[in-house]
Amino acid sequence: MDKRLKRILPRVQKPSRYTGGEYNQIIKDKEAVDLRVAFCFPDTYEIGMSNLGMSILYHTMNSLDFVWCERVFAPWGDMYEEMKKAGMPLYALESGDPVSEFDAIAFSIGYEMAYTTVLDMLDMSGIPLRSEGRDGLLPIVMAGGSACVNAEPMAPFIDLFLIGEGEEMDNDILSLLHTAKHEGWSKKEFLIKAAQIQGVYVPSLYEAAYNDDGTVKAYTPRDGAPARVLKRIVEDLDAAPYPTDPVVPSTEVVHDRVSLELFRGCVRGCRFCQAGYIYRPIRSKKPDTLIRQGIEAVQNTGHEEISLLSLSTSDYRPLSGLCDGLLEYCEPRSVGLALPSLRADNFSVEIMEKIQKVRKSGLTFAVEGGSQRLRDAINKNVTEEDVLNTCALAFSGGWNTVKLYYMLGLPTETDEDIVGIAEMSEKILHCWRVNAKNKNRGVRITVSTSCFIPKPHSPFQWEAQITQEEYLRRVNLLRSSIKAKNVVYNWHDAETSVIEAALSRGDRRMADVIETVFRNGGRLDAWTDYFSYERWNDAFCSCGLDRDFYASRERPVEEVLPWDVIDVGVRKSLLLREKERAYRSELSPDCRKSCSACGAAALLKGRGCDE
Amino acid sequence: MNKLRMRFSKTGRAVYISHLDLMHTMQRAISRAGFSLKYSEGYNPHPQISIALPLSVGMSSRCEIMDLRLNEEVSFDDFRDRLNSSLPEGIEVLEVYEAEEKVSSVKWLRVRGTLEYDDRDVLQVLPKLTEFFERENIPVMKKSKRGLSETDIRPMIREIRFSSGGEGIVIADALISAAEPTLNPDLITAALVTICPPIAPDFASYERMEVFKPDMEAFR
Ligand code: SF4
Repeated sequence: MDKRLKRILPRVQKPSRYTGGEYNQIIKDKEAVDLRVAFCFPDTYEIGMSNLGMSILYHTMNSLDFVWCERVFAPWGDMYEEMKKAGMPLYALESGDPVSEFDAIAFSIGYEMAYTTVLDMLDMSGIPLRSEGRDGLLPIVMAGGSACVNAEPMAPFIDLFLIGEGEEMDNDILSLLHTAKHEGWSKKEFLIKAAQIQGVYVPSLYEAAYNDDGTVKAYTPRDGAPARVLKRIVEDLDAAPYPTDPVVPSTEVVHDRVSLELFRGCVRGCRFCQAGYIYRPIRSKKPDTLIRQGIEAVQNTGHEEISLLSLSTSDYRPLSGLCDGLLEYCEPRSVGLALPSLRADNFSVEIMEKIQKVRKSGLTFAVEGGSQRLRDAINKNVTEEDVLNTCALAFSGGWNTVKLYYMLGLPTETDEDIVGIAEMSEKILHCWRVNAKNKNRGVRITVSTSCFIPKPHSPFQWEAQITQEEYLRRVNLLRSSIKAKNVVYNWHDAETSVIEAALSRGDRRMADVIETVFRNGGRLDAWTDYFSYERWNDAFCSCGLDRDFYASRERPVEEVLPWDVIDVGVRKSLLLREKERAYRSELSPDCRKSCSACGAAALLKGRGCDE
Repeated sequence: MNKLRMRFSKTGRAVYISHLDLMHTMQRAISRAGFSLKYSEGYNPHPQISIALPLSVGMSSRCEIMDLRLNEEVSFDDFRDRLNSSLPEGIEVLEVYEAEEKVSSVKWLRVRGTLEYDDRDVLQVLPKLTEFFERENIPVMKKSKRGLSETDIRPMIREIRFSSGGEGIVIADALISAAEPTLNPDLITAALVTICPPIAPDFASYERMEVFKPDMEAFR
């Protein structure tokens, strides 16, 4: 171990997150591999090690025998300071070698607030931040993950983006890089060839032009790069690589459990939800595959819990059978089963009763909008009746805590809708009085609101975000409308949401703001411990960009959007139709009732959507 | 099944795993190896596994003692081998046997300190170190639940010898009190830093070598 590191570690909190050496880590002989990949997660170890995508791609990249892929995370503040003081560069966990010695630096960017940490990790590695400042082929800096569906804000820093699912695409790129390294290609040569691989976006091959009013005029590709980059997917999830021997952290992480992914995509089409659009088409795994993988993973990791992941777990058709199959193995071994993302319906309560025989955790509903009209406008197919019926069943079954999540600032929202949130909580409270068997234990109803952020590739991508002042006005309205003592109201403040809104729909000029924030000390901005609203606002000012132009301006539908160059498979005309329907508070059927031909099925070659 | 005892080492990168995390890591490793820990009866059942002398973060050891009960009968060697292939880097089971002696009979620990001197001549430091520990009293400020308090660590050091460990390194061999009272070897460094900075190392790390009973027979 590095001598400097040895001296630092006893002084920092939870040092084992900085050492590597965990069970199931992949160690290779560095002399025997041709390509070394530093797989960087721009957040802490605890967050990164809880990420299923990271775990999958770590294994797929390492399945190439010419590659050794290692993990790199961002150090917490105390470790960061110590490393700076000792002059220690960022290093990879498995070998302890500095990131600057690697051939490829691959970032997984899942959220916009991680942008400054990407820059920080490059900087801690001693690698120039901007692509144009890195002349040679190596190290090549790439990025993937859901925040890359609008790649523009990070475009000047990243040599190439991988759009969509990485299982196959990452290895295509690494194979090409392998050839390039052997044959001594220039960086330009490599990037031009890389742009021919489906899913690869090489921003330096696109010229950005702007109109006088500050909007984007065009992105013009050259050197044969495609006009639009179509995302990559994995067609057959049953055959897709899933590591049943993931790295087992030796210290506590956020999600310390086996994660099973039931399906990708979502049949619901909620209009505010980016994930519901960018992960299409719908592809499920067979219960047999999941049961086998779940059991194997428990055996190989010793985890005490299996979590079933998807955007809407209740929509997994064989859910009941899957739970039975897993419980058969899990129950006698005291392995728990967790099902986040259940819908508010009776079926969910049945499932919950099945899996929570002993411990009853709280019920959670994502209601999102306060009135039926608003829920129709956002296509959130939950009725008050659903919620109340589910609550009735749950209260009589012994549950006594309910959490309700809403967004404020959704398009078309009125004050009436906001008061509706308070009314719904009163009704739930009444429902508890009528149905609870044992009232002595009391009831806790928690209402949480966050400020809506319009996201690229969703039907609300053109919408204005409400201002911070307006959000606070709505928060206060709701606060004064909630009268009952047993109803607790929590609201997230809007500062991060405003910045996130600006970043998520930013263009290439946003890079200056991100870099300025980083230069002024910004990193780990997803953490309230480190986020500074002032620092971001100052950076917008000094870069001469108007934050509100990006966050709270409604875009005309004919405007060229910075993310138009990325094709996630869903037609823009469908998004537009959904936006129009929203303004008429008109529901659209979910994919199971009728396919609205969104276009995503064209990404599949050998099967139909949701088959 | 009777109470099993295992002796294991914790070295290399594993020394940074905290005591609590180690308990969890061990439980998982046991389950990966295909064994199941016995749980206590009662309202709040917990796995029957315990470590004799919790090791502080950053310290390595060749003589950790862990007691546990399993639901099944096992052969000691098979248990050791399967567990070893399920453990993270740096943790190795040395021996498994039936627990006979009471953990409370642990009294002394042999520890080995590696004292690093970045720009001092070790040969000059050596005699001064020996001299320092010949004092009658070595009072050190120690953090406890009740705040800072002064303790004399001298009586807790039964013997201590220093030798050169090569360029810039002094090796300390000490026999210290493991229980009632417990001496954390880091206090040896702390004493030098506060009382005699000229011979205090720039960095020191310790390793547990062996545990003893009051009569200086190795504890098993
Ligand atoms: S192709 Fe049809 S079923 Fe599939 S996601 Fe699009 S709308 Fe839904």
